[in-house]
Amino acid sequence: MIRRLASLLAATALVTAPGSALAATVAIVNARILNPGAAQPVDGSVVVRDGKIVAVGANVATPAGAQVVDAKGGIVTPGLVAVNSMLGAVEVSAVGDDVDVNTPDLGAAFDVQYALNPDSVVIPVARLGGITSAVVTPRAEGGQGGASLDHDDSGSDATSGAPASENAHHLFAGQAAVIQLARGSDMLLKPKVAMVSPFGDAGAKVAGGARGAEFVLLKEALEDVRAYQRNRAAYERAGYRDLSLSRADLEALIPVVNGQMPLVAVANRASDIRAVLKLAKDEKIKLVLSGAAEAWRVAPEIAAAGVPVILNPVLDRPTSFETLGATLENAARLEAAGVTVAIEGNSGAHRAHEMRYNAGIAVANGMTKGGALAAVTLNPAKIFGVANRVGSLEPGKDADLVVWSGDPFEPLSKPQLVLIRGEAQPLRSRQLDLRDRYKDLNRPMPPGYSY
Amino acid sequence: MNKALGVALAALVSASLAACATTTPSKPAAGKSPPPAASSQPPPLPKGLDPAANKDPFPSTYRPMPGRDVALVGATVLTGTGAQIDNGTVLIKGGRIAAVGAGLAVPAGYETVDARGKWVTPGLIDTHSHLGVYPSPEVQAHSDGNEATDPNTAQVWAEHSVWPQDPGFNLARAGGVTTLLVLPGSANLFGGRGVTLRNVPGRTVQDMKFPGAPYTLKMACGENPKRVYGGKQRAPSTRMGNVAGYRAAWINAADYMRRWDDYRAKVAKGDKADPPKRDLQLDTLVGVLKGEILVENHCYRADEMAQMIDISKEFGYRITAFHHTVEAYKIADLLAKNDICVATWTNWWGSKLEMNDSVEANVPLVEAAGGCAIIKSDDPDLIQRLNQEAAEAMAAGRAMGMPITEAQAIRWITANPAKALGVSAEVGTLEAGKRGDVTLWDGNPFSIYTRAQRVWIDGGLAYDRTDPRFQAKSDFELGQESRR
Repeated sequence: MIRRLASLLAATALVTAPGSALAATVAIVNARILNPGAAQPVDGSVVVRDGKIVAVGANVATPAGAQVVDAKGGIVTPGLVAVNSMLGAVEVSAVGDDVDVNTPDLGAAFDVQYALNPDSVVIPVARLGGITSAVVTPRAEGGQGGASLDHDDSGSDATSGAPASENAHHLFAGQAAVIQLARGSDMLLKPKVAMVSPFGDAGAKVAGGARGAEFVLLKEALEDVRAYQRNRAAYERAGYRDLSLSRADLEALIPVVNGQMPLVAVANRASDIRAVLKLAKDEKIKLVLSGAAEAWRVAPEIAAAGVPVILNPVLDRPTSFETLGATLENAARLEAAGVTVAIEGNSGAHRAHEMRYNAGIAVANGMTKGGALAAVTLNPAKIFGVANRVGSLEPGKDADLVVWSGDPFEPLSKPQLVLIRGEAQPLRSRQLDLRDRYKDLNRPMPPGYSY
Repeated sequence: MNKALGVALAALVSASLAACATTTPSKPAAGKSPPPAASSQPPPLPKGLDPAANKDPFPSTYRPMPGRDVALVGATVLTGTGAQIDNGTVLIKGGRIAAVGAGLAVPAGYETVDARGKWVTPGLIDTHSHLGVYPSPEVQAHSDGNEATDPNTAQVWAEHSVWPQDPGFNLARAGGVTTLLVLPGSANLFGGRGVTLRNVPGRTVQDMKFPGAPYTLKMACGENPKRVYGGKQRAPSTRMGNVAGYRAAWINAADYMRRWDDYRAKVAKGDKADPPKRDLQLDTLVGVLKGEILVENHCYRADEMAQMIDISKEFGYRITAFHHTVEAYKIADLLAKNDICVATWTNWWGSKLEMNDSVEANVPLVEAAGGCAIIKSDDPDLIQRLNQEAAEAMAAGRAMGMPITEAQAIRWITANPAKALGVSAEVGTLEAGKRGDVTLWDGNPFSIYTRAQRVWIDGGLAYDRTDPRFQAKSDFELGQESRR
């Protein structure tokens, strides 16, 4: 039974033995190539050599000696880039994760890059959703962005007398890293791609209870970073005034005050977004908005400031007094205003693969298809400074791509081939192993012997 | 075609029965006092002391919204009975489904809706919601879903926590949902009674209550009860503690039932008898033992479900549905054999260890084993997209070679949930005589791009995507600058 199933699966996949190595040069022919921003796919080929894309388009010849993969008219997109991700930093949410810290001594310096586990069973599930890279992001007080935290089916935390969150997070939640989801040990694509800070209610909370306190403390912190940068020698001699942050945090924030590392500001209420835009302008900080439920109400200002927005298109409820203006049309309205939008999945890890459905929901509510594809590929790559490597099908970029059985946003479509750095990834997961073990409940031997 | 014809014939047969059914709300079956007794009988118990005197103390005040007779013409119709009718017509008369079939003639007096290119399904039913008890905005003052003060709170009723102004009801309606079960949370072994609602805007929860729907009891297995009470240094703190808790409660319930039966037997004989003191907690459990209250059991793991089935047999009650049940596929045969529905998601997993073994094909595997499979939300966002979650399950089934049709998959969010709520006679399929709960979609409901266009509840237009007059807003949303 298992063997029959395996052969059935292999028949639907494009590479006969999923996970098997491809040749150094691969030509994916008979493909409908869909790049971010494009309204329609282009019929043609993608040629991959030594893990990089070398040619894309309608009139691309298949190089001699190349292994030919017939996409059979399937749509080829860049691999999806997950934002606000916990991939590689969590197995089972309630058991624990590596995306937040709770110590007064460490905030900005916290760096997720040291925790990443390529053997996580969550990663293959994400890959089966076409995700090939992810921005692993520290969790700020109040959550990473628009995505709810993993599902709590009891609600008991809210009624057991415990405060909603016991973690007293820092003003700065730490630094994000971009990873690639290839099987194997080498997953870090780029560390230290962004700094994360909570604003609004959560920002008020970390600052002692009021929004006004957070902005005062933040300005002081940023001024301290600049002072530290100018007076390092004196600081080292202990000949300098006390600063509001630890030495490690000060060091970590130097690229932020210098405008090199973006600050991901988690903010939802329109007034909070305006306040953050002003702060970034005054402090000359490169800004990214995350959450951003009411961003559509500030769209012209956000567009004028050139600030990108990370959002979850399914957020349409007044989940709090900060999201009263939440609407399914947030993404479409921001796109129309000229804002760069990135779309996230429904949880940082286990339901990250739903990001492609969320892109479809954004389209159902007015976003262009090309814009929605950009929002799950090239836009996140640009926002986090890895667009030279991933995010679109262009010569010179990593061969991170997905061949789909149909429209990539449709639940009824499935990846037929997932390449990361040119390597075919197994279209398997622990979930599928479980499924196949229990597919036939009438075997003579207990299921424990089937694997 | 044969099936379509059958539906149409059924429609003709029962159309007359249906015609006057919605003008007066139907009364619940229960609620009669004990039969009048001989002259030697003691006076009846004071109001409120006899659990059998009034089993419906918070009666439904639901009234269907105004509507006219409607004909949806030219649609692809998924009836919820397993049939797909192309170029189908659905007739709603007097608030009830009058006929369903291909190319039916539209009688005079109907408003005709051109549904060509569109799809029509029964109104969706969510078997697991916390709308109203965990409403939006999600602030502490609104946190009314778990009476997490004792592992057995069978005495609490979710309807007493429902805030009818939860904006989530309106959003769910825009997702095609017309009926839902609102449950207490799962902090407790016995969480309390659920309430089945018509998804209409109401001033009170009674305005939303599904007339005649049976009560349900929320039970919970596994991590939640043991975490909540173990954390308070009291029982249960383990899974074996959970099981001891269930069994102790059923023993108490059986004993309480016996005391009331003894009392009534004595009274019937004219003997002097002292009535037992009424106990709300035990009333609910006795309702389960008598088969009047349906058990909706939160339970993730296969091994725990098997134990819950054994407990139900030990004490003589039935489990109507397991909820969440991400491991149903491991015991799909056992669940089918015991006729227990499985209400689950497609790909929610990994939040905690007991939901670590999810497979996307759970629902198709349960159905393939002959079971009753249900997609439910347990979530105010997912309830807006039950059709999408069903599409993901359908995709998972097809990916393993099962030829699952749309006509089959729609049952996971219509007919099968109706069964799990004990309201199959009234809703869940487009069959003549059933309530006129209908969702019109602008395309195949299993596409990500498809949205509900119009929703009728008991034949009244309750939602229209293109007409703000039929887009209800809750009190909470009025006057909010940011909602403009």
